[in-house]
Amino acid sequence: MNKKNITYRRFDTLIIGAGGGGLRAALQLSEAEASVAVVSKVFPTRSHTVAAQGGVNAALANVSEDNWHWHMFDTVKGSDYLGDQDAIEYMCRAASKVVYELEHFGVPFSRLDNGSIYQRPFGGQSKNFGGAQATRTCAAADRTGHAILHSLYQQNIRAKTHFFDEYFAVDLIKDEEGNIQGALIFDIKSGDIVVIEAKTTLIATGGAGQLYRTTTNALINTGDGMAMSLRAGVPLQDMEFFQFHPTGIAGRGMLITEGARGEGGYLVNGLGERFMERYAPNAKDLASRDVVSRSIATEIREGRGCGPDKDYILLKLDHLDESVIQKRLPGIRQTCKTFLGLDPAEKAIPIFPTAHYTMGGIPTNRYGQVVTPVKDTPEEAVQGLYSAGECACVSVHGANRLGGNSLLDILVFGRSAANHIITQLQENRFHRQLYQPSVDQALERLFRWDKKGDGESVEGLRKELKKVMDENCGVFRTQEVLDEGIAKVSALAERMKDAVIDDHSDIFNTARVEALELENIMDVALATVYSAAARTESRGAHSRIDYPDRDDINWMKHTLYFSENRSIDFKPVRTKPLSVDSFPPKPRIY
Amino acid sequence: MRFKIYRFNPEIDKKPYVQEYVLDKVEPGMMLLDALKIIKEQDPTLGFRRSCGEGVCGSDGMNINGVNGLACVTALSDLSSPVEINPLPGLPVIRDLIIDMDQFYKQYRAVKPYLTRKEPLPELELKQSPKERDKLDGLYECVLCACCSTSCPSFWWNPDKFLGPAALLQAGRFLQDSRDQSTSERLEALEGPFKLFRCHTIMNCVQVCPKDLNPTKAIGEIKKMMLTKTI
Repeated sequence: MNKKNITYRRFDTLIIGAGGGGLRAALQLSEAEASVAVVSKVFPTRSHTVAAQGGVNAALANVSEDNWHWHMFDTVKGSDYLGDQDAIEYMCRAASKVVYELEHFGVPFSRLDNGSIYQRPFGGQSKNFGGAQATRTCAAADRTGHAILHSLYQQNIRAKTHFFDEYFAVDLIKDEEGNIQGALIFDIKSGDIVVIEAKTTLIATGGAGQLYRTTTNALINTGDGMAMSLRAGVPLQDMEFFQFHPTGIAGRGMLITEGARGEGGYLVNGLGERFMERYAPNAKDLASRDVVSRSIATEIREGRGCGPDKDYILLKLDHLDESVIQKRLPGIRQTCKTFLGLDPAEKAIPIFPTAHYTMGGIPTNRYGQVVTPVKDTPEEAVQGLYSAGECACVSVHGANRLGGNSLLDILVFGRSAANHIITQLQENRFHRQLYQPSVDQALERLFRWDKKGDGESVEGLRKELKKVMDENCGVFRTQEVLDEGIAKVSALAERMKDAVIDDHSDIFNTARVEALELENIMDVALATVYSAAARTESRGAHSRIDYPDRDDINWMKHTLYFSENRSIDFKPVRTKPLSVDSFPPKPRIY
Repeated sequence: MRFKIYRFNPEIDKKPYVQEYVLDKVEPGMMLLDALKIIKEQDPTLGFRRSCGEGVCGSDGMNINGVNGLACVTALSDLSSPVEINPLPGLPVIRDLIIDMDQFYKQYRAVKPYLTRKEPLPELELKQSPKERDKLDGLYECVLCACCSTSCPSFWWNPDKFLGPAALLQAGRFLQDSRDQSTSERLEALEGPFKLFRCHTIMNCVQVCPKDLNPTKAIGEIKKMMLTKTI
């Protein structure tokens, strides 16, 4: 790569990632006339928000009685009481407003007969603090993410946001006092290196589903922003909580929305039994995702799976009216036809719990400011650095995210981060002096892949890593298996130092991009196994066979993983909401 | 199964060439993208875009045995061997199967693909009846993969003047949206011999669309709206 010719660009704000969180923030900032650079390794509408299906939660009460306080309770309970209740209250109260805004941006929501936004029931939703099923998920058929992402991109075209499409962010730039000053990026198309100097930087790079072999996540979900933060000295929070979606297509991983069950679908085991009635007598198939995924895994482990190898469960939709499937679930119908050659209107879908969502991430407060412990303060803002969306951990999802809350999270906190950035920009008129040693460090990391000769292959290491994560950090965990996971991932991280790529060209070098992505996902994998081995209780998505119970006395705290010395620390859960009474931990029954 | 793939790295190659790869093991249900990923393990220098792997992100448009499509939703069992894979035609090649889509995106932006309102916005949602909403089906689902526009001879000849099926589908999407308040401006902006009227209903776009959308029909509706407006 051309080491000499580096361009320096200055913007008020740099946003890394052009999914829903990044684009919602960018829109807010562009409309406030801040200069914004959105850097994305793919063209914005290719970001993984596009694949969200079922919808976004907001207590609009268009179908049945509802209010934000019930939504808040469900989210706290869904989080297995690990979510921060101030942030959860903030999110649930803001939900209706952000959904109406989306509608005004042009999102083609499905409609009810009276012309208002269509809502469907989703998992973990209740009326009156744990009562009857609520109907809270606002949907555009089963393509809600696509509808939202495209509308947000379109509004950014109107607002004249500055895009750096197909640029890869290598590392954050940090000065000696710890201020984040932007990032070093390169143009994938040409290999040209650019330093974006920014007064504020927002990381919105999404999740890390590529940790696992079978995942609903796109190939681009390699935890880039999380790893960048780790390298800048910021910890990752609650990384042991990784969501396995109950209904990925067995063996393939394509997502079948929870909306399929919201529209009346249900699960059956090899005996033809609706087994969810045993695990969740009230909510049944619409219990929380962690509960449903564990139930499916248990059925299969105990020999009640479907098929010749009894290794999957069936999702039945064929009792539904064909018009419901065509109207409300056209996307998954197409997916089933393409990948399974079956029409869900006629035949049940083979499914299996599939890696889906990173609950943990970069610790932030509800203004999107990245916070890290400094001496005795558990949450001190990192100057100039923000994060929102799946890469962040506010934490509104705690130990388990409810379906329909991820689109809400990116919108609410993308927006609130932008609003906080706007106030910051008013106070900080000028860019700080760029700290060159930090630029040099980022360059070194990039040029490391120009090394020639023999060595480990990127592809080989990636495959091994996914296998280890599947086997040593899956749905059910024990100390022994997790400790082995730490040893194996550490060994892979060590071997990665010897990895080389053969292709050193500048123009659209996808081998280089994949190598940098592997470095990122490796850092995130370390954070995940170390955090999982540290937590000796079962809570939400973190199921320990050796510690089957939730332990509120010792474990009502967030895990923090630091890459320096690979150390673990903790900080308390924020149990005090903004205005209402706290929801104390209770046994979680659905 | 054999694959003949277009290769070109402008840093190294004077001109494009075809490279042949062989895949010994083809499992049932395998998609072309799965095959390309395995080929890339053998030869990491092969360049192509990809992301979601299930036909919603629109990254992996390419010309497959002469027909544009998305690799991730094209089953190997539907292809005859050797599979000839070329970049989407009509736009400049950056490298291998990766094309420069700037012109395509420019035409997309040119139709002002965003909802416009002139009246103040209500506190709640804008109302839209299910019937009005139904009109957006078949229009809003576009993934911007460019399979349609790069299969269109009118777009090949005039990529800078003719908007192409993808952009016109978007124009149609906002013209059909009962909430949008710029109908006459949108129609006016499409006047002239090129932007819209270079569509000669060849219908390649309809044949190749991986989302089963029908840009030709959308274009027809726009023409009808223009006619009604003139009368």
